Amino acid sequence: MAKHWWKILSVVIILYTIIAGLSVKIPIIANNEETSRNLFYHVPMWIAMYTQFGISVVASIMYLASNDLKKDIWASSAGSVGVLFGLMGFATGSLWATYTWGGTITDDPKQISTALALLIYLAYLVLRSSFSDLDKRARVSAIFNVFAFALLIPLTYIIPRMVDSLHPGSTSSPGFKSADTDGTMMRLFYPAMIGWALFSVWLYTIRVRYRKLALKKIIHA
Amino acid sequence: MKTYLSQIITLVKKDLVLEWRQKHAFFGIVLYIFATVFVINLMIMKPEDKIWNALFWIVQLFVCVNAVAKSFMQESRGRMLYFASLVHPRQFIIAKLIYNVILMLFMSIMSLVCCTMLLGNPIISPYYFIGVVMLGGLSLSLIFTMLAAIASQASQNAALMAIMGFPLIMPFLMLLGNISRTAFEPVLQPGLVYMFCLLGGLDVLVIGLALILFPYLWKE
Repeated sequence: MAKHWWKILSVVIILYTIIAGLSVKIPIIANNEETSRNLFYHVPMWIAMYTQFGISVVASIMYLASNDLKKDIWASSAGSVGVLFGLMGFATGSLWATYTWGGTITDDPKQISTALALLIYLAYLVLRSSFSDLDKRARVSAIFNVFAFALLIPLTYIIPRMVDSLHPGSTSSPGFKSADTDGTMMRLFYPAMIGWALFSVWLYTIRVRYRKLALKKIIHA
Repeated sequence: MKTYLSQIITLVKKDLVLEWRQKHAFFGIVLYIFATVFVINLMIMKPEDKIWNALFWIVQLFVCVNAVAKSFMQESRGRMLYFASLVHPRQFIIAKLIYNVILMLFMSIMSLVCCTMLLGNPIISPYYFIGVVMLGGLSLSLIFTMLAAIASQASQNAALMAIMGFPLIMPFLMLLGNISRTAFEPVLQPGLVYMFCLLGGLDVLVIGLALILFPYLWKE
């Protein structure tokens, strides 16, 4: 029980933010109206994704330093969980864009660059599946993973900030934080980020256990 | 230090001589450029500025995939082992990077000549555009050299090159496309210097990662 408190915590926080996120009274910000509630569901997905990709790249570097196959299992599990959260973040964002920007896939730079980042990580998963030799697979995909992470940061952090975006908080549209004078949104938003990040770590530990069982004979030999 | 550099130069020279002896591969790519541009010419005689720019960079992308991909495939396993016994992997990757940059700069000029000949010349400031093309050729060849090294470890490496390479090269192409647009318009774009810095930064990042990671890739 002592080890599992954070799993329960994450579920409680997520349930709280989902229920309260739909029922709490939020300020009306520009023409976003009630769709601003997507903040509680869309942005935490990216936090979870960054957490997982961070774990993945650290594990990859540790693999290159130690040649321990367990680290490769960490890296690949975090990579696939990160892609899952990335896809969910993209889906929630596109759904929101359908009703506010008037198009599911727009030419918004943030949307394009996150789609590219996800493609890079999907390429990572494809690359992994093209090897039959475990050690070779671990080594080559660890190298690619470092590359992927090195490009993820400019792609999703630097380039979108250089150009004008339709996103709330960019130059042409008002941000949520300044408009949220009562702090009702931020009071839900920060717990939601923590909750989803913890939940992603939980999924990751399950995935690691599964893969370790699948490769049990090789790792212990 | 001196032998370190001279070994790199020897490796580059070896690649260049090899390239010249196997002319079929080299002229194959030149023909590839001409054929691609000619197909575009047949389909849309004289495209507008924006389309010209887009098509040019797409041609560059495919030329780079073809020109750089073979740089690791032509090395047989035995020869790789021989190199591994002679030089440090870092020297080897530096040599490959230099060689591919030289090759790609040449191919960039070829495709620029083909494009202006066959698709018309909408460029207002030619020297600026040539500079951007050189920078683009440099960036593309750097990243594809490392990807070719990764792909050469896998089995069906030609398909893998495209799967890995295209998403990774997109940020570079996005920046290059934006930067080169200035060559078609008399107005100066805002944030141009920043984009150049970012592109240069990404190039340095790729070189750094290649130098750090290639020794791990070569360990066998």
